[in-house]
Amino acid sequence: MKARVPASIAFVAAALAAATSTLSIVQHSGRAPVAARLAPVETVTVVPGTFSFRLPGEYLQAGRPVDAPTRIVSFQAGFEVMKYQVGAGDYARCVTDGACEAANGNATGDTPVTGVSYRDAEAYAAWLSRRTGESWRLPTDEEWSFAAAERLHDDALGLADDGNPAIRWLARYRSEAAGKAERDPQPKPRGHFGANSKGVFDIGGNVWEWTSTCYVNAALRADATVEQSVENCGVRVADGRHRGYMSTFIRDGKSGGCAAGLAPDNLGIRLVRDSPSSVAVLKWLRAKRAG
Amino acid sequence: MLTRREALLGTAAGAATAALFAAMAATPVLAEVRAGDISTLPREKVTLVAPPFVHEHQQVAIGGPKIVEFQLTVKEQTMVIDDDGTTMQAMTYNGSIPAPMMVVHEGDYLELTLVNPETNEMPHNVDFHAATGALGGAKLLDVNPGEQATIRFKATRAGTFVYHCAPAGMIPWHVVSGMSGTVMVLPRDGLKDEAGKPLKYDRIYYVGENEFYIPRDENGKFKKFDSLGDSYDETLKVMRGLIPTHVVFNGKVGALTGDNAMKASVGETVLFVHSQANRDTRPHIIGGHGDHVWEQGKFANPPAKDLETWFVRGGSAGAALYTFLQPGIYAYVNHNLIEAAELGATAHIMVEGKWNDDLMAQVRAPAPIASY
Ligand SMILES: [Cu+2]
Repeated sequence: MKARVPASIAFVAAALAAATSTLSIVQHSGRAPVAARLAPVETVTVVPGTFSFRLPGEYLQAGRPVDAPTRIVSFQAGFEVMKYQVGAGDYARCVTDGACEAANGNATGDTPVTGVSYRDAEAYAAWLSRRTGESWRLPTDEEWSFAAAERLHDDALGLADDGNPAIRWLARYRSEAAGKAERDPQPKPRGHFGANSKGVFDIGGNVWEWTSTCYVNAALRADATVEQSVENCGVRVADGRHRGYMSTFIRDGKSGGCAAGLAPDNLGIRLVRDSPSSVAVLKWLRAKRAG
Repeated sequence: MLTRREALLGTAAGAATAALFAAMAATPVLAEVRAGDISTLPREKVTLVAPPFVHEHQQVAIGGPKIVEFQLTVKEQTMVIDDDGTTMQAMTYNGSIPAPMMVVHEGDYLELTLVNPETNEMPHNVDFHAATGALGGAKLLDVNPGEQATIRFKATRAGTFVYHCAPAGMIPWHVVSGMSGTVMVLPRDGLKDEAGKPLKYDRIYYVGENEFYIPRDENGKFKKFDSLGDSYDETLKVMRGLIPTHVVFNGKVGALTGDNAMKASVGETVLFVHSQANRDTRPHIIGGHGDHVWEQGKFANPPAKDLETWFVRGGSAGAALYTFLQPGIYAYVNHNLIEAAELGATAHIMVEGKWNDDLMAQVRAPAPIASY
């Protein structure tokens, strides 16, 4: 679960990922055939662009906790993301097919599925990809943050460390608690929280969305470059009203017990569709014919 | 199903108990009261506030005994008890779970008016553990919908005491549906440590713990009921299994977290009163202690010192005094951690102030394991 990743390698990997997405081509028509019983998934194309991205994870500088540094991130090719979160009805089909575990949430139909873990989200993406012949996956935290646009919550606290660690704990708690008491945590029908400026619906509502990004504990140099980091992929970023870090098997975030923080209201799924390579389509067709 | 008529009459067992109570009531309960003396006492009318807060009060009594007047109005209502929107057909005093805390001093007279509005379905009363006789006053306070009654009792013992509804034949159901609260009878000269030195608090928080028994449907989802009567049979079945579906502070999972977390500052002394009318519990402050703890809640006993966890028996209220020494977020839990984290018994305390490096410091922040 735990991997020690030298900072330089981590950044090479990030650069490679960016390069891959640069090479992909955005396509809207001529998609791979969709299995008859599945309704086409509505997506939004997030157009290419550049934004300032605050890195996920916990950061220390000179041994003191600090806000994560920001990086300028470019999406040169844009990408396609689900317009709505995965609905309970869609998820139920995966359960019926025996490819997903029943969710903990009790929503039905178009209301977003909730009570799903990272593992459930991965299983759903794999199933949807198989069923459609398309390439569905969880977004990275970078992609999610870019697609969130003005609904992205900057989790920087902007506090100078004066040797009192509790100041950051209290500020974080206050920021995550803001409005929680007034908020109805019951999942709402899709579209309830409206679209952001990129046309993506329900971002920052009461359902947090799993990403594929791993939790990182890192130390920064004086110039805010990463000196060292330890990545823990047993914990992934769940994005929403605030950025959460959840163990991959958790389906319902709880704030009880020793963890004196505030958990996401609900955990759900929104996937990214990678443009198909012709090889993948052929493979799928062949598999389909063979089956 | 329980119709209103059946509820009013009570069950067969309830009827038998009622007959017994009637026999007891025939003895002159009020005979010993020296009405003349009491009528000259000063009166004070107190407006109750919703928990976890407590109405304003003196820690050391000013002047002699008085009559302190309170009013409780029974509200039968549907309440949401967790973040999933699970509802309970609740019965409450003044609309809150737990019911408000009433504070008087030893030797004072507590005078309660209980109002049961016509819109309710059930008969209700109050059994005060702080009172002597008549089933804690319940026998003199039985009110049907559309009635009200008033009793007065002398606060003869100092301490924190539970009060709860105790209608014939349906006592546990009314209690686990929300009808419990707390009376605090302070010594006239205030709280004292084991050596008799005065103790004071800067703040008081009243944490009422309740456990709920919500029936589930065939798919394991919590059921919703339209009325108290509809919910009765199935709720009773879950109750008889003795395994609660929720264990909560202040009536709802997470009710004392986030925006509603309790607040204090470093250097402040806080009195936490923990009340559980039906089931044992074990309060614990994660990262803190109980400096002076009256586990049984009775102030004539010297407080225990430096406790990590204290035991509050079902049907009692305990009191713990703690001076915060370090800022941060504290979790206040029932230290059966399954009940705390899975069933809901967790509150948070946000404490502001200066960090004390002597008490604790991070010597080395998390970093890759050093290689040798
Ligand atoms: Cu009652």
